[in-house]
Amino acid sequence: MELTELYREVILDHNRHPRNSGRLDPHDAEAKGHNPLCGDRLTITLRRDGERIADLRFEGNGCAISMASASLMTEAVKGRSRAEVEALFRRVHALLTEQGASDAGLGKLAALSGVREFPARVKCASLAWHTLNAALARSDPAGAGTVSTE
Amino acid sequence: MSIVRLHASHGYDVARLREQFPILAQAVNGRHLAYLDNGASTQRPRQVIDAVTHYETHLHANVHRGVHTLSQLATDAFEGARERVRRFLNAGSTREILFTRGTTESINLVAQSWGRANLRAGDEIIVSALEHHANLVPWQMIAAATGARLRVAPIDGTGQLHFAGFQALLNERTKLVAIAHGSNALGSILPVGRVIEAAHRAGVPVLVDGAQAVAHLAVDVRALGADFYAFSGHKLYGPTGIGVLYGREALLDAMPPWMGGGDMIRTVSYESATWNELPWKFEAGTPNISGAIGLAAALDFLEELGVEKAAAHEHGLLGAATAALMRIPGVRIHGTAEDKGPVLSFTLEGVHPHDVGTILDHEGVAIRAGHHCAMPLMDLLGLPATARASFACYNTLAEVEQLAAAVRRAAEVFR
Repeated sequence: MELTELYREVILDHNRHPRNSGRLDPHDAEAKGHNPLCGDRLTITLRRDGERIADLRFEGNGCAISMASASLMTEAVKGRSRAEVEALFRRVHALLTEQGASDAGLGKLAALSGVREFPARVKCASLAWHTLNAALARSDPAGAGTVSTE
Repeated sequence: MSIVRLHASHGYDVARLREQFPILAQAVNGRHLAYLDNGASTQRPRQVIDAVTHYETHLHANVHRGVHTLSQLATDAFEGARERVRRFLNAGSTREILFTRGTTESINLVAQSWGRANLRAGDEIIVSALEHHANLVPWQMIAAATGARLRVAPIDGTGQLHFAGFQALLNERTKLVAIAHGSNALGSILPVGRVIEAAHRAGVPVLVDGAQAVAHLAVDVRALGADFYAFSGHKLYGPTGIGVLYGREALLDAMPPWMGGGDMIRTVSYESATWNELPWKFEAGTPNISGAIGLAAALDFLEELGVEKAAAHEHGLLGAATAALMRIPGVRIHGTAEDKGPVLSFTLEGVHPHDVGTILDHEGVAIRAGHHCAMPLMDLLGLPATARASFACYNTLAEVEQLAAAVRRAAEVFR
């Protein structure tokens, strides 16, 4: 396994220049994700248009895998419904954990496939997704708790 | 010039020493394993592995119970290990040597037993800003239970205890000082002798968390004047799950037991019990017998090696590693105290410590990346985490170079 499989150009680029970074105010939902052992920490704020995610932002700090995964995710889920996000996350999770999982149709998210050779880092890549799920599950922003994938 | 020869010429033959550590001979990710995570746990020499195997193969039975031969042999070996620890610390009596699961349990024992008996609302416990969670959370718990208050002695910019700041916290409400001998996150060796002197002048006992110190400097609890001294077996070449609490006899005598059960009692009725003598009063249940025997073998190993000689070798590695990493653009060293154990905490600009850790692992270099169980210290330093290389007696200058090359590789991947 080569390091360049994990740290692909797309990952390094999204780590260096995260897309949709910052906060959305006002927002319809907010959730925090924190992996205390790693220190990876992020906050997602989003606005909905009915069932769909109209817009979302994330802020936080952590390793390149967690930050790039969050950035790639925000690009991939804009305009999608909660059911579509869940289906997409199932595919991303398979990509992160299962040998031979297909990346067909995943676009830039396919760059995360190298993570599966580094099992200790799966939790870094999945933190943003779990946090987004929590944000979608809680319509009341004040009720948002903290998610962890450790 | 060969590193091995360089050290051999000073009477320190690191190549031969490494032969005693079978685990070090393996490759990781196709590369020589440079095991630089010794601050988290050291590896075991053959001597320790053999002592444990011998016990498991020939001597095992429960201790302090049977009249049969094996029970007597196991008891002799276990109590022999206690005497070995007493000599290691130069304690006055084996009554002062308690076996625990490790430093964490040792400190919890003092917090729960001594703390519950002696702390009242308004009393103060002094810790330092660089404590490991193991010497912080037990005090938070007992403070919450008793109404006592935690005071935090500051550190200076190098990561050393700010001595005047510590002294300023000592007052008539202070009931205990609990302080690290060595910092696991920054490497600083604290002036515990001066801390103890100042605390004793104020009539305050001192607990020393020796987890990071015992493998690197000779500890004499009587010369130091420590009231309690805690350490773990696995940080000085012994097994995990065994540790020690040294306590001054007068203090231990006055303390109530912490855990109840077998071995810690003298007589039991349905209504009540009376306590066994020291040290067994604090050792409820069947102890970690093989762990204690392995620990005794580790202390033999360390004594035969010579802790000062090992420390001088490790100090050389620390100096070489510090110089090598400082030459890499973007590297910052955290912890620059004059008196330092072989711990090198660093960050690489633009690269998160976990990414540094993954890349180093890929290059065969095992380090720790994270908050080092010192979250408040990381907050104080404004860092989410650091990467930490920590050295032991068996590391080499070639491994220091392997570390530096791997850090350069990390910088290159993220360029």
